Amino acid sequence: MSKTDVYIVGAAETPLGEVYDHSAYSMVALAAHEALDEAGLSIRDVDGLFINYMGEEGTVQLGEYLGVYEPRYVDSTDVGGGTFLTFAHHAMLAIQEGRCEVALIGYASRQRSLRLRSAQWKQSVLNNMEQFETPYGIPVPIGHFAMATARHMYQFGTTREQLAEIPLAARKWAQLNPKAWHRDPLTLDDVMNSRMIADPMRRHDCCLITDGGGVVIVTGADRARDARKKPVRVLGAGESQRTWHISQIPDIVETPAVESGRDAFGMAGVAPADVDVLQAYDAFTITPLLAIEDLGFCEKGEVGAFVQGGRTAPGGDFPLNTSGGGLSYCHPGALGMLVLIEAVRQARGEAGARQAPDVEIAVAHGIGGLMSSAATLILACD
Amino acid sequence: MTETKQQYGDPMTYPIWEAAARYELLIQHCKVCGHYQFYPRPFCLNCDSDQLEWKRVSGDATVYSKTTVHLKIAPEFDPPYVVALVELDEGPRMLCNIEGGAAEIGDRVKLAWREREDAPPLPIWMPA
Ligand SMILES: [Zn+2]
Repeated sequence: MSKTDVYIVGAAETPLGEVYDHSAYSMVALAAHEALDEAGLSIRDVDGLFINYMGEEGTVQLGEYLGVYEPRYVDSTDVGGGTFLTFAHHAMLAIQEGRCEVALIGYASRQRSLRLRSAQWKQSVLNNMEQFETPYGIPVPIGHFAMATARHMYQFGTTREQLAEIPLAARKWAQLNPKAWHRDPLTLDDVMNSRMIADPMRRHDCCLITDGGGVVIVTGADRARDARKKPVRVLGAGESQRTWHISQIPDIVETPAVESGRDAFGMAGVAPADVDVLQAYDAFTITPLLAIEDLGFCEKGEVGAFVQGGRTAPGGDFPLNTSGGGLSYCHPGALGMLVLIEAVRQARGEAGARQAPDVEIAVAHGIGGLMSSAATLILACD
Repeated sequence: MTETKQQYGDPMTYPIWEAAARYELLIQHCKVCGHYQFYPRPFCLNCDSDQLEWKRVSGDATVYSKTTVHLKIAPEFDPPYVVALVELDEGPRMLCNIEGGAAEIGDRVKLAWREREDAPPLPIWMPA
């Protein structure tokens, strides 16, 4: 351990699925205690808070609820569902600068039990969406990813069968995860003939709407020595963002994973070929496929052939989204937290029946907004 | 005190909607570098110049991507309908609906207008 190394020392899910016996705040409190217990730390040790999508001034509200008074560093960056991976990057920098020692990244949502989800965007007078996008009835962000899928098929000849690899693999991984929402068998026929949502995306190409969340604890080398589980070192981190309005996306089949991946791999000093398991935010079938290309696991346009033949499923040589992902395990509105937690578990080698073989390097990749943002973390146990 | 008049859009975009009332599509054009930009800003994104003017464009465009929406997202939308990104011949892309026939990615489309009760006509596109 070097003095500037930063570790994830705790990672815990909140209750998942359909949660009627807890509020979103008490869900986070449960996960916080479990994650801090893994870390060998208590809530009294937390002096950095990284919270969003938990109400206004989320660090204040949740800090009060958890009993984290007078933290030295807080952050409520808002770049969408992958924000928690961005938080891990920010926490790393704050810890390296000595601005905090123990960072808590937390989130929970009851979007399913409270029926909060809508495909129509909240109106805003600050941007041009209300004038130039909302009147056309684009479902958000479904329409964005549907048009990315359609363009990928047009430009590169990607087939529906190739796309179906993703929901099929997700379901097979979910069958190995007792906490997964959908664990019943899924066939190619089911995927290809499921209800059309936004052409070419069908029901099984779209993520779940479930309750859930989690907590991740990040700290420096000194405090990581107290951890009760293997600390997971952050080898590299990167983030970026591009656009908000769909008309402004420079290339709809490319995401800012190009930039977040470049920075994360650059910091880590490793290459995509060194990665043993990838957790890439799967809001829709096309989402992890674009990430595989943009992070450099294959060339742009070649991901259809890359994933063919069950490569991303259990037993394949490119294990992807081993929890079952947003498509079959859980999608609590902002999936990035669960992407990160699963990457930590894979890096520790504690994922049980769904553990990918011989994991030395695990990558967690998040996206957010309207194909807006990306954040990438490269993780390994020492 | 400045007199303000109720206009559709905002202080940057209202010329687009004033022109829409005449069924004309205006796009911002940079007098220095020739860049067309949508949506409008006070500066050219390509060269930083503030020498921007409005140009009327034909609306001739190519379909960049599209989806047929089958999801009911709000009472005012009646699926299935086509949502598309079209690329104007001048460069910028606009989100729209394609009506009056089918158009695939790469197909040529032309400008049309949809009347609205509470707002200026909305630019949409149809097969060329
Ligand atoms: Zn210019």
